[in-house]
Amino acid sequence: MATQSQDMVGKGKQGLLSRYAPGGFYCELFEACKDDAEAANELVRRLNAFSTEDLAERALAAERELMLLGVTFTVYSQRNRIDRTLPFDVIPRVLAGAEWERLARGVIQRVTAINLFIADIYGAQRVLADGILPKELVLGNENYRPVMRDITVPHGSYVVINGTDLVRGGDGQFRVLEDNCRTPSGVSYVVENRHLMQRAFPDLVQDLAIRPVSDYGQRLSKALSELAPSGVSNPRVVLLSPGTYNSAYFEHVFLAREAGITLVEGQDLVVEDDRVFARTIDGLQEVHVIYRRIDDAFLDPEVFREDSMLGVPGLVRAMAKGRVTLANAIGTGVADDKAVYAYMPRIIRYYLDEDPIIENVQTYVCGEKEGLAYTLDHLSELVVKPVGESGGYGIVIGPHASKEELDEMRDKLKAEPHKFIAQPMIELSVAPTLVDGEVGPRHVDLRPFVITGRDSWVLPGGLSRVALRKGSLVVNSSQGGGSKDTWVLD
Amino acid sequence: MTRLLARFAECVFWMGRQVERANALARVLEVNQAYSYDTRGGRNWRMLLRLYEQDEEFLSKHGGVTPEAVLFFHLLDETNASSVRSCIAQARENARTLRPIISTELWMQLNGFYRSLLDLTPVDATPRRLSRLATMIKENCQTHVGIVRETLYRDETYYFYVMGQEIERADQTTRLLWMKYHQFLPMGVEEGSAVDVSQWHALLRAAAGFQAYSRAHPANPTPESVMTFLLYNPHFPRSLLCAVNEVTDALSALRREHYLSNGALAVKHLWSFQSALHDQTIEEVTQKGVDETIDWAQRELVKATDLIALSFFINPATGPGVD
Repeated sequence: MATQSQDMVGKGKQGLLSRYAPGGFYCELFEACKDDAEAANELVRRLNAFSTEDLAERALAAERELMLLGVTFTVYSQRNRIDRTLPFDVIPRVLAGAEWERLARGVIQRVTAINLFIADIYGAQRVLADGILPKELVLGNENYRPVMRDITVPHGSYVVINGTDLVRGGDGQFRVLEDNCRTPSGVSYVVENRHLMQRAFPDLVQDLAIRPVSDYGQRLSKALSELAPSGVSNPRVVLLSPGTYNSAYFEHVFLAREAGITLVEGQDLVVEDDRVFARTIDGLQEVHVIYRRIDDAFLDPEVFREDSMLGVPGLVRAMAKGRVTLANAIGTGVADDKAVYAYMPRIIRYYLDEDPIIENVQTYVCGEKEGLAYTLDHLSELVVKPVGESGGYGIVIGPHASKEELDEMRDKLKAEPHKFIAQPMIELSVAPTLVDGEVGPRHVDLRPFVITGRDSWVLPGGLSRVALRKGSLVVNSSQGGGSKDTWVLD
Repeated sequence: MTRLLARFAECVFWMGRQVERANALARVLEVNQAYSYDTRGGRNWRMLLRLYEQDEEFLSKHGGVTPEAVLFFHLLDETNASSVRSCIAQARENARTLRPIISTELWMQLNGFYRSLLDLTPVDATPRRLSRLATMIKENCQTHVGIVRETLYRDETYYFYVMGQEIERADQTTRLLWMKYHQFLPMGVEEGSAVDVSQWHALLRAAAGFQAYSRAHPANPTPESVMTFLLYNPHFPRSLLCAVNEVTDALSALRREHYLSNGALAVKHLWSFQSALHDQTIEEVTQKGVDETIDWAQRELVKATDLIALSFFINPATGPGVD
C-alpha cells in the first residue's frame, strides 16, 4: 500500500517521516499524496525538512500558547478546577479536495434527511405509519419530546448545527459512525487549531491551497438570523451557555465572539408574556433566537427537570408560541440515537429517494431478534455500544476484550438487548502523529460540521480527533484523544 | 445586538476593582515594610490586619503576628478572599466570563498573571523578597490597565471598568492615609522629625506620588500638605478627589452616550460627594478627626457602589433599572 508515496518519503533520509510506517493501516497522509497530488506532496516535503526535535520544540511552544489563550476544557478533580488543553498534534491531517466534495455532499444529504425525519415524527408520522422503523424506537425513545408535537420550525431546520462522525476503514471508504444532532461540540478547536498552525508553522502553511475555516462564525450568525420567528426583521441572537463552570465554556466564548452574538446564562434571561428577554443594563430586551448549549433536560424547569438552575422558566412556552427560535430545536436527540442510526440509510432513501452518499457502518440492532442472535454469536469480533451513552463510555471492543469482559457483556445483552447495538470492528485509518518525541501512526476520525439555516453549509474539513495512545481506537477527548488541524487541499 | 448584559456590567466593574485592589495591596505592603524598619515594627504588622478589618480572620488561621505570616496572608493565602492571589483569581474568573467582549490580549495577560501567582511559594512572600514580588504585582496590574486602555472597546463596558477601578482606588487611598495616621499618632513620633518625614515620603512613594507631590508642594512634606495632596489634589490620579471625579465622569458619560435613564440616584449621590470634597479644608478634617473623615469617605464610596449596583446590575428582586 502506498509504495509510491513511501519511496518519496524515504528520500529525506534524516527527514521527519523517514522512519514513519503506517503499520498496515490506511494512512491519510500517504494516500492523499497519490496521483501526484501536488499540495500534499509539497506538505510532505516541508514536513521532512523538520527534525523531530524541531517539531517537538515548536509543538511545545504551541501547547503553551493554547494554555495562555485559554483554549481549554475544564476537568474537575475533588477540590480543584483544572484547565487542560485538548492535546494538539501539529502534523496536519490532509483531505483531497475532490474527496472532500463528496463527503460534504454526503453530510448535507444526511442532515437534510434528518431534518425531514424530525419534522415528520413530530408531525404526520408518515415514516412510522409506513413502517420504515419501529414506532416504539421513536415514540418510546427517551429523547422523544412530546412537547414538540405539531410544532414547526423556520425553514424546517431542527438540527441547525450538526456534527457527523466519520471513520475510514482499511478499504479507504469513509463511513458514518455516529450522528450528533443535539449540541455537537468541537468546532472551536477546528478554527483555533488552524490559527495556531498559521502562527506556529508559517513555513508549513505558506502558499498551500488550504480551504479556509475562519468564516464559521459569520456562517453561523447568518443561519441563526435566518431562523428568527417570522416578522422579526432585525433579530437579537444569543448563545445560552451553562456558564463558566461548564467544561466547554471556552467553545461557547469562541462561538459568541466569532458569531458576534451575546453569550448569556440562564440567569440573564426571563420570560414574560411568552416572550424571552435579556436583562441588560438598560432593563429587559427581547431575544429572538437562542443558540443553546444546554441539554433539553435542563432548558426549562417548567417542562423538564424542575431542579435545573441552568435553564429559563417559560422558555418552552415562548418557543411553542413561535416567539423565539431554539437552535437546535428541542427533541432532536431521537435522530442521533444509536439504534435509530441503524435505520438512517432507509430514512435517507425514504425522504430523498436517493442512496446514501456515505454509508453507515454495518450495524446490528440488538433490540431486533436477528441482530441479537448475530451479536451473541460473534461477540469477540464486534464492537458493542450502549445506545444511550456518548463520549465513548461503556463500549466493549470484542477483539480487545478479556473473557470476563465478554461474558459480562453477554449477560447485559441478554438482560437488556434493546440498550445495545453492535458493529464490526473498523480498522480506523491512521495519520502520522508526534507522540513522546517520535512520529508514529495514530488512529483518527473526522467530524464535519454542517450549519443549516435557509440552506445547508459545511465547514471545509472538520475536527480530526486522534487517539494518542498507541493502538487505541478511542479518539474521545475524555479518553486520551487529541486533535489535529484538518486541511482540505486543492 | 443586545445591550450590555447586566451580569457583564457587574463582572467588568469587579474586574476593575479586583486588579486595583491587588495593586493597592502590593503598595500598602511595601510602604509598611518601609515603616517597619523603625523600632515599632511589630505593631505595624498588626496595623496591617486592622487596615482591612481582618484581625480576627487572621488570628483564626495563624498563631502569631509575624511578618512572614502577615505577608503570606495578604499576598498568597487562597483562603483569604482579599489576598492578592484571591483578587487576581477573581479578576481572572470575571475576565473568563467577559471573554466574548474583551480582547484576547486582555485575557491572556490576566491569565498569565494568575498563573505566575499560582507558581509562587510562601518563601516568595517573605520580607526579604517582598520588594521583588510587590514590583511584579504592580507591573502586572499596570500592564493590565494599559491593555484595558489600549484594547477595551469604549462602549458601556469601558465605563463600568473605570467606575470599579476608581471606586477601589479612592477607597484604597483612604486606607493608606488611615494607616499612616494610626502609626503616626500614638507612637509619639515627633512631627517633622527625620523618622516622620521619611514616613511621609514612603507614603507618597507607595502611591507613586512623590514626584507629583514635589511639583505641587515644593517644600518639605508636612502631614497637612501630604493629606491635602492625597485627599484633594484634582490632578493626582490616586487622590481621593481625582478618583471620585473619574467615577462621576464615567457614570455621566455612560448615561449620556448610551441614553440610559437609570443611574440618576447614583449620579446625584456622587455629585454631592464631589462637592463635599471640594468644600472641605484640611483644617476641618484635623478638627473633626482624620479617622472620621476617612470613615465618612468610605461610607460614601460604599453607597455609590450600592446605587450603581441597584441601577445596573442583576437585582434578584427587581432586575436592573429601578430608578
